[in-house]
Amino acid sequence: MTHSDLSGSASAAGAPPALRLRGITKRFPGVVANDSVDLTVHAGEVLALLGENGAGKSTLISILYGLYQPDEGAVELDGRAVRIGSPAQALRLGIGLVPQHPLLVSRHSVAENLALGGAGGLFPARRVAGRVRELSARYGLEVDPDSRVADLSPGEKQRVEIVRALLGGARVLILDEPTSVLTPQEADGLFRVMRELKADGRSLIFISHKLDEVLAVADRVTVLRRGKVVGGVPTLGATRESLAELMVGRSVDFTRKRAGGPGAEAGALLSVQDLSAQGSRGLPALRGVSFELRRGEVLGVAGIAGNGQSELVEVLAGLHEATGTVTLDGQPLSGDAAGRFRAGVAHIPEDRIHSGTVPTMTVAENLALRDFGRAPLARGLARDLGATDDRARREVEAYSVATPGIHTPTRLLSGGNIQKLILARELAGQPKLILAVHPTYGLDIGATDQVHRVLLDRTAQGAGVLLVSEDLDELLSLSDRVAVMVGGSLLGPFPADEVTRESLGLLMGGAHPHSLPGAAQGGVVA
Amino acid sequence: MDNVVIEALVRALAVGTPLLLACLGAILNERAGVVNLGVEGLMAVGALAAFAVAAGSPDANLWLAVGAAMLAGAALALLHAVATVTLRANQFVSGLALALIGTGAAGLLGKRFEGLPLFNKVADWTLGSFTISPFTVAALLLAGAMAFWLGATRSGLTLRSVGENPAAADVLGVNVGLTRVLAVLGGGALAGMAGAFLALSYRSSWADNMTAGLGWIAVALVIFVGWRPLRAIAGALFFGFLYYLQFRLQGNSPIPTEVFSAMPFVLVLVVLALAGMRGQAGNAPAALGRAYVRGER
Repeated sequence: MTHSDLSGSASAAGAPPALRLRGITKRFPGVVANDSVDLTVHAGEVLALLGENGAGKSTLISILYGLYQPDEGAVELDGRAVRIGSPAQALRLGIGLVPQHPLLVSRHSVAENLALGGAGGLFPARRVAGRVRELSARYGLEVDPDSRVADLSPGEKQRVEIVRALLGGARVLILDEPTSVLTPQEADGLFRVMRELKADGRSLIFISHKLDEVLAVADRVTVLRRGKVVGGVPTLGATRESLAELMVGRSVDFTRKRAGGPGAEAGALLSVQDLSAQGSRGLPALRGVSFELRRGEVLGVAGIAGNGQSELVEVLAGLHEATGTVTLDGQPLSGDAAGRFRAGVAHIPEDRIHSGTVPTMTVAENLALRDFGRAPLARGLARDLGATDDRARREVEAYSVATPGIHTPTRLLSGGNIQKLILARELAGQPKLILAVHPTYGLDIGATDQVHRVLLDRTAQGAGVLLVSEDLDELLSLSDRVAVMVGGSLLGPFPADEVTRESLGLLMGGAHPHSLPGAAQGGVVA
Repeated sequence: MDNVVIEALVRALAVGTPLLLACLGAILNERAGVVNLGVEGLMAVGALAAFAVAAGSPDANLWLAVGAAMLAGAALALLHAVATVTLRANQFVSGLALALIGTGAAGLLGKRFEGLPLFNKVADWTLGSFTISPFTVAALLLAGAMAFWLGATRSGLTLRSVGENPAAADVLGVNVGLTRVLAVLGGGALAGMAGAFLALSYRSSWADNMTAGLGWIAVALVIFVGWRPLRAIAGALFFGFLYYLQFRLQGNSPIPTEVFSAMPFVLVLVVLALAGMRGQAGNAPAALGRAYVRGER
């Protein structure tokens, strides 16, 4: 089998690839982020770029987008070597990036955002609007040029970024983890757009952790591990297991991690009655939420960001005002966050860097944040630094936190290691209730697996876990029951084996629960 | 009765003119994301430069005097631009320094002009009992032009984007630093022009502390009008009217004049309180007051 056989249908014999990287090497102090990386994408082809965190994907994208210059190697577009000095230049050369976090001016309209950086003088937004409508119609990219970016959903913002790249004439489009913020239905819509773009002869580089998506949408997969290309395979004939093995370097178990949680006979651990709260803009964020969490149970909460999940967790953690009654183990749960932690509520917050840790403080200090003022970490008014360091060493060992030392500031740690550190701190006091929000967001397969095992171990010891996640696979794999939050109301919980990704996706989008087969009998548990 | 209304309007427009010019200048740099608290100082050096040129000879060119004022304002603002944009110093501290430098320099260098009258003022245009300064007309036209420019042109859009999300503009090839420096210089020139109005049109002779706190009110006014040039017209008129009332009361009341001298600063607090009640602070450009460092979120 020759190389061009592998590379998709559209590559004409002899035509140079749309994009070719030859021997790209990029070194940072202490690491080789990209080690002699070769990669090709042909016109009309979707290439998936797979790799764990730290495998070198971001560096490679930054090089393609003109943010970094490679130390060695060359980038060729249609067979010609090019130098990409800046993102603006990348776009002029026909390379567009759809970033994971949209880079848009929220206060401005879609058209104003798309007109920025273009040419021409008067009424730039009005001029661009017509071309936006044209592109929207052609590729099925629903975007209203007149709406304000601040009012758009994550999926809509992403479409604005795609339209921007197309307006700039991008022939190579890089999509950086585009589905991480989308519902399954929105992701399907994105895949349809990707297929249209591919049929139009454009080249796409698709970055994702989700192997099912890669198999569904890509023609070919290139896998990076520790900065090197460790494999390139066509998706035809590949499986989730084979890709994961290439990526991680060992086989990975994808079966449901949770089998048979506590039965209905397990007592209620957390009981929430008629909880209502205001959001930060004075609008209701929670509207009469009631549910029970049993001892040893993982209760998953699905929902599109901004539907009240954050507020629910903050209320339970004591960080947000609310009305209603909450009891933990039969005792009313009230007071501030510190008091609730002592009462057995652990909190793994959404923003692990800024809410979960103090980035400028050391590993040892961050591990002691909850109880530095009490024995055994303090004697009287003085902190016991020796005891603090001893405990930090034990925790770093137990949770295999990769850090140069316990006196390293946590801002220098990777996301996965920061998350392990937070777990170590929050779970140290044998909590009864664990509030975990997006605990594995952005983590690679290895770190994700470790976080999951730690949480499940705790349920075996009788703790209850409230798991908020946007990753439906994670929810379905870990949870005993799954609830959905829409507009501040809680639907469910439904037994996890009675719902599917699709039914949850529809509920997240606002469908009525009783209109769904298989979900209705779960009922609303009071 | 009519005469009272016309007098109030004339006086409100007159005091409102420097407020409007300086406010438009501050809107310009704040929409690009740079706060400049030094408006008072910029106005002071503008007034001094205008007066120095106009007092030179009986037939001095008044256009030249206005040009000198705008140049002086821009020159002092360049200090702020270099400090905050190039060197990424704290915008608030740099602005305060600018206010002190400007008012101090104008006081010191203006000593020899004190009490000196101008032979040659910018004459008001009259229409019956209604008089209006050419500066006022220019300020009103400028407000309209700035609103149009910000809303309907590409360079205006670029400036607004730099003030909202400099990272997004940077990725698209916009020179964030240059845009901000130009906006600060433009803001300085307009504050200088406000000073020129005080020296060439409003007062009849040079006096110490010409600006009398108007620059501080202009800074607060920006927030009060929600960073919008057209609303600045109404805001400037409103505060011009409050000034007029203060003058009226000053003449026939037993309250000591020191209380009235403190009025501008009380007005600043009133402006900010009113703006807070109307939720105007939420209209601030998202990147206002923050230096842009590439690669930082």
